[in-house]
Amino acid sequence: MTPLGASTLVLSAAVAVAAGLIGAFAVMRRMTLAADAISHVALPGIGLALILRVQPLLGAVVMLLLGAISIWAIERRTHLATETVTGVVFAGALAVGSMLTTGEELIDALFGTPTRLGPWEAGLGTATALGIAAFIVRRRSRLVLSLVSPEVAHTSGIRLARLDLEYLLAFAVTVALGLRFLGALLMGSLVIIPAAAARRLTRDLRSMLGVSALLAVGTTLIGIVLAPHVGQKTGPVIVTVAALVFLASVLRRRLGD
Amino acid sequence: MRTDRRSMLEQLPVLEVRSLSVSFGRGMVLRDLSFQLERGSVLAVIGPNGAGKTVLFKALVGMVRHAGLVSWAPGTRIGYVPQKLGVERDLPLTSLDLLQAKADVVGAPIDAIESALSMVGLGAAEARQAIGDLSGGQFQRLLLAAALIGDPSVLLLDEVTSGVDEAGQERAFALLDRLVAERQRTVLLISHELNVVYGHATHVLCLARAKAWFGPPREVLTTETLREIFGSTTLHVHDAPRS
Repeated sequence: MTPLGASTLVLSAAVAVAAGLIGAFAVMRRMTLAADAISHVALPGIGLALILRVQPLLGAVVMLLLGAISIWAIERRTHLATETVTGVVFAGALAVGSMLTTGEELIDALFGTPTRLGPWEAGLGTATALGIAAFIVRRRSRLVLSLVSPEVAHTSGIRLARLDLEYLLAFAVTVALGLRFLGALLMGSLVIIPAAAARRLTRDLRSMLGVSALLAVGTTLIGIVLAPHVGQKTGPVIVTVAALVFLASVLRRRLGD
Repeated sequence: MRTDRRSMLEQLPVLEVRSLSVSFGRGMVLRDLSFQLERGSVLAVIGPNGAGKTVLFKALVGMVRHAGLVSWAPGTRIGYVPQKLGVERDLPLTSLDLLQAKADVVGAPIDAIESALSMVGLGAAEARQAIGDLSGGQFQRLLLAAALIGDPSVLLLDEVTSGVDEAGQERAFALLDRLVAERQRTVLLISHELNVVYGHATHVLCLARAKAWFGPPREVLTTETLREIFGSTTLHVHDAPRS
């Protein structure tokens, strides 16, 4: 393996850690459908970037951040559930995205394509992913209180609206980081599936976060290594491995039982 | 000088509410509510379902938009026990996870967790249990323990004893009585039980159809008021009023 290949693997593992940690709270907050849908918001961004001949990832990042802020703002204004608002934003984004992106580009955008990244790109991506992981670890107490009871969180001095926005932005950036190798359609799955399996297997916060991150890293690396051997794109292989892990978790009793 | 300032602050009402109104859309839930509480008071908020009791608590802590004034004394720290959680209890969270989260957010020392657990009578075994595995009574005690972390000067308890057996209720109220008597804590509690009001409250606030009655229980809870609030004078009265 070339050093560039190694740095891409390190990036993938770092993104998986971030996805596992972000996903742990998405599962606990019961916003998994929203989580999946947010990743599709990247599509119109990729389409616009291709039309404007700029880096597709840049378009995706901008659109994901705009999507996250829109979901947050509409939710605050209308008091609708995150799932509902995300559903609306997602459907609109998918419709616009499919009109802007065509053919091979659309398939790549949806399912991801294995790309070797330059050291600068891989380094920045890895640092961002680790930053998101650090955000979740540092903010875990606030996130726990806000999900258990908004009243307890508020009276403990937590600014709920700000925390929600921070979380949604971290979520959007995580999705953007994974678009290269998983694509817009499947990145949401890397956030949700390992976390859903971890929820089946654990009964305390530390294990939930740890197992979710570990499963995300494991399935990602296995998927990346396996994909060329089975002649498939990395995204579907990673998600298939993750789905099998979830299936195994359903069959297995909870750890510690 | 500092002592003078401190004793002056202690003289101030803990909570002053003036002309508080809350409306959702066209419906007014709370109308022109005014009252104030001194340190060490126990206020019971009673009224039929939908009278705005939980809305009042949310307005007091600034979680719903309202007209009028809500003013807490400087330095007030609030411990809140919610009526229900934002999510299902079936989470990968232990009691200790919840208490550690609260201690972390409010910057309480680590021994505050142990002391809160022992105050509500929860042991090490319950602390390690997932919150979904606790009984209704144990879970209410856990929420009370979480509220006690950070040494709150005011406790807001939204139906803290609902789903708790009689022994559990007695233990919870014995703890509240002790906090009030020994530490001059102020307690605001929502209850459906008039015996709680007579047994533990220094003040009662009755809410019904956007109207309100406030004062000592024996003055406020007249036959006429009870009939106007509940349409009956016998609802949930288990104990005779204390003399």
